[in-house]
Amino acid sequence: MKEISCKLLVIGAGPGGYVCAIRAGQLGIDTVIVEFGKPGGTCLNVGCIPSKALIHAAEEFEKASHMAGGKSLLGISIATLSIDLETTVAWKDGIVSRLNSGVAGLLKKAGVKTVHGWAKFRDGKTVEVETETGMQVVRAETVVIATGSASVELPSLPFGGRVISSTEALALSEVPERLAVVGGGYIGLELGIAFAKMGASVTVVEALPRVLAQYDAELTRPVVKRLTDLGIEVLVGAKAKGLSTKGDALLVETKDGKNTKIAADRILVTVGRKPVTEGWGLEQIDLDMAGKFIRIDDQCRTSMRGVFAIGDVTGEPMLAHRAMAQGEMVAEIVAGHKRSWDKRSIPAICFTDPELVTAGLSPEKAKALGGEIKVGQFPFAANGRAMTKLGEEGFVRVVARADNHLVLGIQAVGQGVSELSAAFGLALEMGARLEDIAGTIHAHPTQGEGFQEAALKALGHALHI
Amino acid sequence: MGEHIIKLPDVGEGVAEAELVEWHVKVGDLVREDAVLAAVMTDKATVEIPSPVDGEVLWLGAEIGDTVAIGSPIVRLKVAGEGNVKAGSEPAEEGVRAEPPAKLATPKPEAVPATAKPAPKAEEAKAKPSPSIANSAARPSVSGAPRPEGEKPLASPAIRLRAKEAGIDLRQIAGSGPAGRISHEDIDAFLARGPQVARTSGLARNETIEDIKVIGLRRKIAEKMALAKSRIPHITYVEEIDVTALEELRAALNKEKRPAGAERPKLTLLPFLMRAMVKAIADQPQLNALFDDEAGIIHQHGGVHIGIAAQTPSGLVVPVVRHAEARDIWDCAAELNRLAEAAKSGTATRDELSGSTITITSLGAMGGVATTPVINHPEVAIVGVNKMMVRPLWDGTQFIPRKMMNLSSSFDHRVIDGWDAAVFIQRIKTLLETPAMIFVD
Repeated sequence: MKEISCKLLVIGAGPGGYVCAIRAGQLGIDTVIVEFGKPGGTCLNVGCIPSKALIHAAEEFEKASHMAGGKSLLGISIATLSIDLETTVAWKDGIVSRLNSGVAGLLKKAGVKTVHGWAKFRDGKTVEVETETGMQVVRAETVVIATGSASVELPSLPFGGRVISSTEALALSEVPERLAVVGGGYIGLELGIAFAKMGASVTVVEALPRVLAQYDAELTRPVVKRLTDLGIEVLVGAKAKGLSTKGDALLVETKDGKNTKIAADRILVTVGRKPVTEGWGLEQIDLDMAGKFIRIDDQCRTSMRGVFAIGDVTGEPMLAHRAMAQGEMVAEIVAGHKRSWDKRSIPAICFTDPELVTAGLSPEKAKALGGEIKVGQFPFAANGRAMTKLGEEGFVRVVARADNHLVLGIQAVGQGVSELSAAFGLALEMGARLEDIAGTIHAHPTQGEGFQEAALKALGHALHI
Repeated sequence: MGEHIIKLPDVGEGVAEAELVEWHVKVGDLVREDAVLAAVMTDKATVEIPSPVDGEVLWLGAEIGDTVAIGSPIVRLKVAGEGNVKAGSEPAEEGVRAEPPAKLATPKPEAVPATAKPAPKAEEAKAKPSPSIANSAARPSVSGAPRPEGEKPLASPAIRLRAKEAGIDLRQIAGSGPAGRISHEDIDAFLARGPQVARTSGLARNETIEDIKVIGLRRKIAEKMALAKSRIPHITYVEEIDVTALEELRAALNKEKRPAGAERPKLTLLPFLMRAMVKAIADQPQLNALFDDEAGIIHQHGGVHIGIAAQTPSGLVVPVVRHAEARDIWDCAAELNRLAEAAKSGTATRDELSGSTITITSLGAMGGVATTPVINHPEVAIVGVNKMMVRPLWDGTQFIPRKMMNLSSSFDHRVIDGWDAAVFIQRIKTLLETPAMIFVD
């Protein structure tokens, strides 16, 4: 049995873990990172990045299908149209592997030692790693748990065969003819829309009264409308009960209590993600939990001295950029800097069609704080750039305090609005007031002008509506 | 449509100016004839200014606390018909306003007609934050301070990082930026103030500064006190009085059945003191006087007009019991009660609040052991009543409990010698300790 020791050990090389390790390396900390799979975690391998590649391909295909169908407003027509999903997936895999080696390179450059294998705690300072070449013991002064999350499995629909998780959905070799999506959250809708655009006949089964239930109805309305336009059938208030006896259909109990069958070639289950808290020896160190997540304080410290936890394993929102920010912070804390979590907003994006962005507080949550608020909303129908992109659906909405105009939250729905998240996040972190946004020149013609106009609207003097 | 200018009317008694203490209207209000527009305060009386016409308020010429000259325009109304301003008379009117520049307030920017642009500009210049660190430290936060409990301090990520590294709790810093945003300068200023009080105490620093305009009665009091203390060299004399006998008498009188029909108020100690002072003044009339120090004349009054310093919700006032020499103990008490009530409810007239020739000040149960009363200028003496309490007194063989009370009295040493002051108080002491003497001529 080989033994190494280090100052900092990071378990898991997802976005939280690898950022933590790179930053620690930059700060001259003797760091080891352990990863069973390829570096980059869910995000890079089976999440954010590959899904965006697939979504992009689907978008392009859908655009082209209008051209092929002779319905193109742009006057472009093409003769024949087809998609070879195997090529698409290979292209996506190419991106993923480039990024894999990119992360590995960055870790190496920062002087971080990577150990491939499955880590298991022996005690709070010692971890055993099962590697290809045998057991490796790592002793560390400080350990960071960054084990991430995994898709939730439904007991009635165990993964396997036709029942797939998002991971398998991103690696299909052909577009399924009939796809049933169980769970109308952001993952289910992102993938459901992509497959619908590529020609699948998609049915979404959602147990709650509406899809994307964590967002307000006004914000999701353009998405719901688009689902209908794409021919996606949405069953809300419906429960997935399991597979039919033949295994070729999904059994569903509808809103009014009737049992029905949805014929499907693939059944994609996207009912949420759960923290990975098993298989790595949590029981050996007995950390305090917060529900199913590891409990952390504002410095990502767990209940055990010298053990930190970051990312999805620590709770909602389970987003890569939250994990990255936590990872960076923890590395700096380990290096002796004074840091604590003081972020004002964790923007969240839903890469549906149209896209959704939220940063800060929704109007309801802002109202719930008790103070008077102002809300300004600007529709993309009044935005020149949106028109030229055939993207007039949606709007930008700004929520601010009525007394001092401090911006509390910004939401947008529309084509390509994900890129506006940078501006939204910056405005909130900098403590912008409506006047700051209204007083910033926003280049013309861009969809970003909608942000400025929404602020002007809240101030009562929008120019273009 | 015309414009009607209302000028501050002559409020009487040869007053040249008055202080604006209250606006009853604001720009944009519609007013009816005889509706009260404002209240101004002269020496001690408050006078309400009614509107002579119906109209809409266009402009207010002074801010609360400003001293306005009689005849200065204070309100402009938009009225139906001609009004009292002729078209084209604007420059003349401007001239009127410019005449007593020091007496007039800067017009409110929003109410200023377009011709008077410079005023708002000056305001802007004033509002511009000074670049100097010291100033920004002294300046209270522009908005949002004090920050409501639980609200996160508003600062950019760079500021938050800097504060964290410097070990500064941003909640202790009042931001000077928009919406109370904390800037690097705010942190500089915070650090420049040096080591802070021990944070371990868990007590938060309160950095707020509230600006309170000294107006109305408070300003009158301030002026009066400053005048008295700067002009008059005070000599204060404290003596203790055994009021056991007086208290017995007072209790007996209060217990006595009121004769039918006669209004007999409950007696406090003050009427006895007033009567004792009347008797002492008969021997020493120089103490019941007004000293006109500019003219170098002492006006020695025959009538004893005793001012009684009284605390009211808006501050200190001195209602006056006139001709105490001509009132018996019951009359003194009744008049005292009536005046105290009027002063508390704010209905006391100007006459009732002025014209005293000597003053009593009493804080009742709050009276303390001794005080240093400030003479009610231009009077020459003030008698202060301290708290009565049972104290042990040595009677030659043993300690006996007696009801004791101190009198702390101040005199204008320019015209009253210490000896005379002592004689005066000793005379009052004798009268109060043997109260029957008060009633014997």
